Amino acid sequence: MNRLMVWLPLGFFVILVGFFFRGLSLNPNEQPSALIGQPVPVFELTDLMTGERLTREQLPRQPFLLNVWASWCITCQVEHPYLTQLSKQIPLVGLNYKDTEIAAKNWLAKLGDPYALQIFDPTGRLGLDLGVAGAPETFLVDSKGVIHLRIQGEVNDRIYAKKVQPVFEMIQ
Amino acid sequence: MVPEIGHFALVLAFAVSICLAMFPLYGYLTSQDGFCATAKPLALLQGLALAVSFGVLMYGFLVNDFSVKYVADNSNIDLPWHFRMSAVWGAHEGSLLLWSLILAFWGVAVALFSRGIPDHMSALVLSVMGMISVGFLAFMLFTSNPFVRILPFAPGNGADLNPLLQDPGLIFHPPMLYMGYVGLSVAFAFAMASLISGQLDATWARWSRPWTTVAWAFLTFGIALGSWWAYYELGWGGWWFWDPVENASLIPWLVATALMHSLAVTEKRGLFRSWTLLLAIAAFSLSLLGTFLVRSGVLTSVHAFANDPERGVFILGFLIVVIGGSLTLYALRVAKVSEPGEFAYISRESFLLFNNLVLTVMAVSVLLGTLYPLLVDAVGGGKVSVGPPFFNAVFVPLTAILVSGMAFGPLTKWRQSDDPKLYRPLIITLIVSVLMGLGWPSLLVGSYSIGTAIGVTLALWLAIATAVDFGKKVGLYGGVTTTLNHVEKGMIGMWFAHFGLAVMILGVVMVENHTEHRDLRMGVGDAQRLDNYDVRMTDLVVINGPNYVADQATFEIYVDDQLFKTVTPQKRRYNVSGMVMTEASIDSGLTRDLYIAMGEPLGDGDWAVRLSVKPFVGWIWAGAFLMGLGGFISIMDRRYRRKLEVKKDEASGEEVPA
Repeated sequence: MNRLMVWLPLGFFVILVGFFFRGLSLNPNEQPSALIGQPVPVFELTDLMTGERLTREQLPRQPFLLNVWASWCITCQVEHPYLTQLSKQIPLVGLNYKDTEIAAKNWLAKLGDPYALQIFDPTGRLGLDLGVAGAPETFLVDSKGVIHLRIQGEVNDRIYAKKVQPVFEMIQ
Repeated sequence: MVPEIGHFALVLAFAVSICLAMFPLYGYLTSQDGFCATAKPLALLQGLALAVSFGVLMYGFLVNDFSVKYVADNSNIDLPWHFRMSAVWGAHEGSLLLWSLILAFWGVAVALFSRGIPDHMSALVLSVMGMISVGFLAFMLFTSNPFVRILPFAPGNGADLNPLLQDPGLIFHPPMLYMGYVGLSVAFAFAMASLISGQLDATWARWSRPWTTVAWAFLTFGIALGSWWAYYELGWGGWWFWDPVENASLIPWLVATALMHSLAVTEKRGLFRSWTLLLAIAAFSLSLLGTFLVRSGVLTSVHAFANDPERGVFILGFLIVVIGGSLTLYALRVAKVSEPGEFAYISRESFLLFNNLVLTVMAVSVLLGTLYPLLVDAVGGGKVSVGPPFFNAVFVPLTAILVSGMAFGPLTKWRQSDDPKLYRPLIITLIVSVLMGLGWPSLLVGSYSIGTAIGVTLALWLAIATAVDFGKKVGLYGGVTTTLNHVEKGMIGMWFAHFGLAVMILGVVMVENHTEHRDLRMGVGDAQRLDNYDVRMTDLVVINGPNYVADQATFEIYVDDQLFKTVTPQKRRYNVSGMVMTEASIDSGLTRDLYIAMGEPLGDGDWAVRLSVKPFVGWIWAGAFLMGLGGFISIMDRRYRRKLEVKKDEASGEEVPA
């Protein structure tokens, strides 16, 4: 057997260990999005709940959170109770991402629906325009429809207090 | 006082495991038989000590000793006694104790059933298992001790077991799964022993084959039970969620499946030696990796109890020692392995190599999909989830490729197998399976599904090919009973397992493509129709369980105006934790399950109700059961009972007649 080949498994393992080690010491750290300071991209999709046409113009005229979620996303389920609580202070717009209608509706029926609006994006087109890497992601958008913040991953009280709240107070 | 006995036994087991890890290895390296001979007694002593420790913890649960913190955290006076027993492994500390107990149990099994194996070899095997045991017992004693007490003021009652786990499925699922996970340590230990001793011929493969097969069978049962439990207890009616914890058990299963097949080549033909060693190391390493992923909190999962970074650091350190150490030894030793013998492009060896390649690619894909969120996070991409779309897109085509080849494999011969006559039965198989497969969807309600047609064709292709292979042997031996008495048990096991996979695939294809779902608002007196069932809600009551209060609805199911069945799904609220659980009612049948679950109360006595008809869903677990059964049948083979004699027969390295 080739002398170098036999070290491959160990090499593969060492790389994995490197990732695990970082994974242990790492908190979710967000990358700034290219869309910060840009308006929400133009879209023409449907409302998940009513099936009616939805465009950018129907988004709330006040600062709101745009939450990208899917029924297959476990982290979304984790952050859902916190978002529900948060929806009392700040409107929540859902972007149901690469999901099926039935699965998404069941998910909401089961866990509760705190969303003011629910954009249904089964193909992920708007997600692509927003530069979404996966679910969940949450964008803070101001009253003029301009994106101010992007959170990749779970939103919880710590992240909210540290990242979202200062910006939210500023744009209000 | 009693918990201290358990604690003491745990410390004793730790001390014994250190001796077990060191003495036999030292004895081997210095050629002192006396030290080697300590291996078996030490393995037995370790098993005894852990059994005492485990028994004491279980006793603590049975007598409601809430001065033990672990008992107080996971039990309650009102918890029924059988759940108090299974609560022992309901959380982190106790499931580690179960893990260690099972590892010790496998050590005892090796000590008792290794008479056909040279003493220095069994000593090395037990020593390697002792090293693993040291790691786990140290982990338990230093970070996760189940015997920590709350003294002097013990709470009067406990915090109750997680309601999700208050289910008969949990009594059996973890022990089965751990028997599989930990059983792979035996194959690992045999591989390490042969690497340490430098005896890298095919003998280790023969010794470790039955152990691998039995561990694989347990793992199969364990995963199937887990999936069944998720189906009826999680309340969503799904059977597989591609959750990281599920994947953590699927990955070692895939590698162990590859290992079983590759061991066959190594044993019978002396080929693929270094590859088989690597698979043996990988199978157990991936079991350990699964433990790390579940316990350390690096991945989010619905299963993740007890996430703790400090524990994560410990397990990671342990992984580096075990996996890193074994892979280093592998790299140092295996370069010297020669691979004697050749085989033609079309031969049984080639087909088994193909099987190994596909299974490995499957395992690596699931591994990467599971780790992707972690990898993205580590390079600063934030936390993301990889969902079922990815796994299905990768897994389904690979399964199709694997199954296509599985029909050929058993018909082939070793070395060279390009005689077209061998494959003639497959022409009929192909025609029948394609015709029936294409015809199948048109028998179903709704539009024609091409996915179903392909899936059913594959399942039939495999099932018929397996039956044809069996039929050929029956023709050869002149009768079913003579065949079953004369062929190797491994072959009977293979028929069961391959046929089981076909059964399972049929179940998966049907349930994924033809489940009928209705989410409805229903109150007492309402009736709904689904498929050919009329479902009528006739009653709604509140009932008091031992440790919960439940809303219970009564549904009468009519078929053609005849009362077919009455079911009573519940929505439970557990008193202590306040958790709400859905107890679905499932009427299981051969060709379909009727699934009724209560969702949310909608006011006015109405409830959101989910009705589903799930065709062939039971076939998924029936297939898995057949596969596991096949594993157990394989190890019944005569040669494992009379090892010494068989060893002489096979010493020439020639193929043993089937």
